[in-house]
Amino acid sequence: MPDLIRLEYRNVTMRFSQDGGRSLTAVQGVSIAVRDGEVVSLIGPSGCGKSTLLNIGSGLAAPSEGEAFVDGERVEGPNAHVAFMLQKDLLLPWRTVVENVMFGVEIQGVAAAERRRRAQALLENLKLAEFSNHYPHQLSGGMRQRVALARTLAVDPTVLLLDEPFSAVDAQTRITLQQELAQTLKRAGKTALLITHDLLEAVTLSDRVLVMSRRPGKIIDEIAIEIPGRDDPLTRRHNARITGYVNRLMDQLGIGTEARVPA
Amino acid sequence: MSAASQTSLARRGTAWSLLLLVIFLAAWEWGPGLLRIPSFIIPPLSAVAKEAVRMWEVSGLLKHTSITAAEVLVGFVIGSLMGAVMGYLLGMSPTAEIALSPYILALQIAPKVAFAPLFILWMGFTVYPKILVAILIVFFPVMVNVLTAVRTVDPDLINLARAFKASRAQIFWKIEFPASLPPLFAGLRIGSTLAVVGVVVGELVGGNMGLGYLLSFGEGQANTAMVFVAIVMLTIVGGIAYGLVILLEQRVLHYLPKRVHTGF
Repeated sequence: MPDLIRLEYRNVTMRFSQDGGRSLTAVQGVSIAVRDGEVVSLIGPSGCGKSTLLNIGSGLAAPSEGEAFVDGERVEGPNAHVAFMLQKDLLLPWRTVVENVMFGVEIQGVAAAERRRRAQALLENLKLAEFSNHYPHQLSGGMRQRVALARTLAVDPTVLLLDEPFSAVDAQTRITLQQELAQTLKRAGKTALLITHDLLEAVTLSDRVLVMSRRPGKIIDEIAIEIPGRDDPLTRRHNARITGYVNRLMDQLGIGTEARVPA
Repeated sequence: MSAASQTSLARRGTAWSLLLLVIFLAAWEWGPGLLRIPSFIIPPLSAVAKEAVRMWEVSGLLKHTSITAAEVLVGFVIGSLMGAVMGYLLGMSPTAEIALSPYILALQIAPKVAFAPLFILWMGFTVYPKILVAILIVFFPVMVNVLTAVRTVDPDLINLARAFKASRAQIFWKIEFPASLPPLFAGLRIGSTLAVVGVVVGELVGGNMGLGYLLSFGEGQANTAMVFVAIVMLTIVGGIAYGLVILLEQRVLHYLPKRVHTGF
């Protein structure tokens, strides 16, 4: 069912009350629909409410207006269909790598043997098997982020919400991680909403890119990336049409126009 | 720094430490004589050692040391348990913290050892007032450390657990409790040395048991060597208490990166 909607925001508005009784509108009237197996990126200026959307999708925050749906069910709170991954790896320093991967399934009450089997399989896939019994402080930043990805996948969510997952790792590691993420998402057939500041990352990893405006955040553009090989961002990077997409995103975000110093 | 240079650094440091000890002991033995300091001010090491043997045989040094050590142990264990439990309760209930914080602050400012005479009035010349002072003095550093630790847990970690539908109890046992252990142990280390202070003050104020009693007895007799012996024994008791906490800490917090050795 290619057209099955896995993640949907319907007319979502989020207001926060501030000191002095005024309220701040973070996002306004946002509607997004992500189909089964699709990877959609969300880009926009800092503070445009991208992370707010993520919190709403994962059920950690309730929207002021509108609704969010995952797998056709209205999001009322945290649920097993969604898992998120942040820029911070959020690994628990007192747990080994494999224990960190099992954190989510352990909370959800999956049987011990089954959760160990799942964790080991994911660690194999992400080339981390030999580090199973290491502690997080013994790993590099890129490896820690892979462990975080494994923990996210271990609960077998249908939808992944990714909030700048690779912005804290160095540029070379980031490319490797992007490649692994793209392949993993494809292989597992996961649906993902990726929040990023990295325009090239958005274009190479996604089926579609949504552009948000300055606060209050609205969707101002939607670009379908019509380049083959969504599971192979390394090859996609070399495609001649990439530059066109990136330039269009830069225009939409006003990058270059406002930064240009008048002659 | 490489492991090899770490070891050689540690070895050199230990050698210097031992040398300093020898110098100190030698200065203690011969310094007073050379500087013509009378032995009722600073008795030389040999006189203190002789007094220790005499006290062991005649004055029940072992019995008094055991009583003090037992009071320290009981006071420390009860005080740190209460401090930790209170720290977790207040850490999880902001309302309780706001309601209780002025009183806790007042109690924390009040010098705990000043309660010793009061406790002796209440409970007589028994071991209980000494234990109570130790409990009171150990309680605060442990409670404050645990409270701060629970409050400063990364909210994103809590959100991560919540997104997996963790219950309140799961959030506590899987995140807040383990996250609070390093600061808890820092509090326990402080508490282990303070427990000795609390017990000694209690013993100084009243009763005829423990090293604190020997301290004041030695003072009354103008027996300086006896006072020195009592101080040394108290340091040993405190050192053992501190060492036990460190041992436990190394077992429990084995997952932490080996920190740069500070010795404290």
